[in-house]
Amino acid sequence: MTATLPTTVAPETGRRPRRRGAGAWRVVTLAVLGLYFLVPIAASVWYSSRSNGALTAEFYTGIPSAPGFAEAFGRSLVLAVLTVVLSLLLMLPTMVLVDLRLPRLRPTVEILTLLPLVLPPIALVVGVRSVLAWAPDYFYGTPLAEAFFALQEPSLPWILVLVYVVLALPFVYRALDAGIRSVDLRTLTEAARSLGASWPRVLVGVVLPVLRTSVLNAAFLTLALVLGEYTIASILGFQTFPTWIVEVSGSQPQLSVSVSVLSLVVTWGLLLLISALDRRRAGKDS
Amino acid sequence: MTTTPDRPAGVEALRDTPGVGVQLVGLTRRYGDVLALDGLDLDIAGGEFLALLGPSGCGKTTALRAIAGFERPDDGQVLVDGRDVTGTPPAKRDMGMVFQAYSLFPNLTVAENVGYGLQVRRRPAKERKARAAELLELVGLAANAGRYPHQLSGGQQQRVALARALAVAPKVLLLDEPLSALDAQVRVQLREEIRRIQLELGITTVFVTHDQAEALSVADRVGVLRAGRLEQVASPDELYERPATAFVAEFVGTMNRIPATRTEGGVELMGVRRPAVGDVPVSGDVVALVRPESLLVRADAAGAGRVVTRTFSGASTRLAVALPDGAEVVVDVASADSQQLTPGTAVTVTPAERPVLVGAV
Repeated sequence: MTATLPTTVAPETGRRPRRRGAGAWRVVTLAVLGLYFLVPIAASVWYSSRSNGALTAEFYTGIPSAPGFAEAFGRSLVLAVLTVVLSLLLMLPTMVLVDLRLPRLRPTVEILTLLPLVLPPIALVVGVRSVLAWAPDYFYGTPLAEAFFALQEPSLPWILVLVYVVLALPFVYRALDAGIRSVDLRTLTEAARSLGASWPRVLVGVVLPVLRTSVLNAAFLTLALVLGEYTIASILGFQTFPTWIVEVSGSQPQLSVSVSVLSLVVTWGLLLLISALDRRRAGKDS
Repeated sequence: MTTTPDRPAGVEALRDTPGVGVQLVGLTRRYGDVLALDGLDLDIAGGEFLALLGPSGCGKTTALRAIAGFERPDDGQVLVDGRDVTGTPPAKRDMGMVFQAYSLFPNLTVAENVGYGLQVRRRPAKERKARAAELLELVGLAANAGRYPHQLSGGQQQRVALARALAVAPKVLLLDEPLSALDAQVRVQLREEIRRIQLELGITTVFVTHDQAEALSVADRVGVLRAGRLEQVASPDELYERPATAFVAEFVGTMNRIPATRTEGGVELMGVRRPAVGDVPVSGDVVALVRPESLLVRADAAGAGRVVTRTFSGASTRLAVALPDGAEVVVDVASADSQQLTPGTAVTVTPAERPVLVGAV
């Protein structure tokens, strides 16, 4: 016996063309956004890879030996790592404490951490500069004055780390908050405590691994923020990677653009590396 | 940090160590205006399996958390083996706890989870592995040692949590509604398994639940809590057969509330007189509290009752019977004797010849 396949065709409904239209919009939106991001990058690559009308890589190969590059880039990396570590040391225990013991403080902490977004960096840096100018004189002859000088040491300006920690607060808070809300931290920490673990051990051995994706996200956002921050470093008179780029752009514009392109690639590379590490870990777990 | 580094771990250690007693003395805990524990006194014998039963908000979990050290009582003491541990942090109490929510560390394998407490106590890796294998064998999950928590079912996760709690050879095992997230069949299976393990190891166990069937089926004694106070602590049989208060009578099992009249030396209900028990006035209107199996029903064309529904549940059948005054009672009868008692049948209902618990109206 053979079955007869139905030959009737479902009548056209109004849904399909609408979906097609929505798909088209999606493509257009993505294309516009893509062009918005890619055109300047492509133009930068084009500009930095041509010399006298011919293709060249000299502006890229010349980056490591460019005067001041290694120093500025190294300093920015150190600042970024210190900022990441300090931000996490400050925020992770605070947020765990708020989640477990002081949930009523959550809105207050949220508002406090969002302040850097509404406070213009210029206002922040002017305030910081005033304090730095006033404090050493005021505390002259005391260890506090020495501390203020140490904060402004040009080779490693700790004052930038402190300011960057403040600027990174909204990003670190958001990233960690998303992670904390997605797990039952109370039960996990209590389970570890009942098994004899001390609080530091609970934080390092239980909380940190559970929140590793959030911690990585927070670290990456902070890293990107510090590697790209210009205003504060410039106004306070420190040389970092972004201020160096601006400095060389006057005398060697193509080199500065090639460095910008490379920094973009490095940032994206870091992002991919972090997400690959996270995926590998997740894969290992499963 | 180590708690008691020389304390032996594992199943053998638990078998060899007699269970320790736990005493709660005048335990009080307030949350703002709410009194969660109101001077709770409780004495748990060594090796005993005690269930704390009560409705939501009665304070049973607060009491358990106070024993574990996660709640600091406003007043009163927690004594373990005669030693006051009220101010001792949870990490130093040597107690194993299984939580209501799944609490396995997601980044660790099953074996690593079970060995976590031993790792905290800095036991060698070889010993941790051996203890984990031993305990996983005990809970029937030896084949899952290398898996991660998300690869296990809810029941398996709670079994691992139990093995993890037992791995450190705790003095007391605390179970905070560990079965409530599981489906009915797994709940029954796991509660029997918990009881089997508890009997095998002889460990003092406190089990918090709001499910009376769970409490009555596994515990040596059941403590019924209401508004932070113990209404009664007794064996399941005694709790069911001789409830101390009307609240216990109605909370544990099904109970009919039948209008009755207190008379000299007894109580009159459904036209018959029975001996009365309970703390009630000497005369006047009262409520008789009668279990479904303590009512007798027979088909009677002249009877004033009418069978409303008939629910078959294997060996017994539950009948809902409407009485002439509009009240409805439920009666349990042997299924073999209930063939004629279909809905609409006229019946006569009488209380069995035994003392009847009475309460105020």
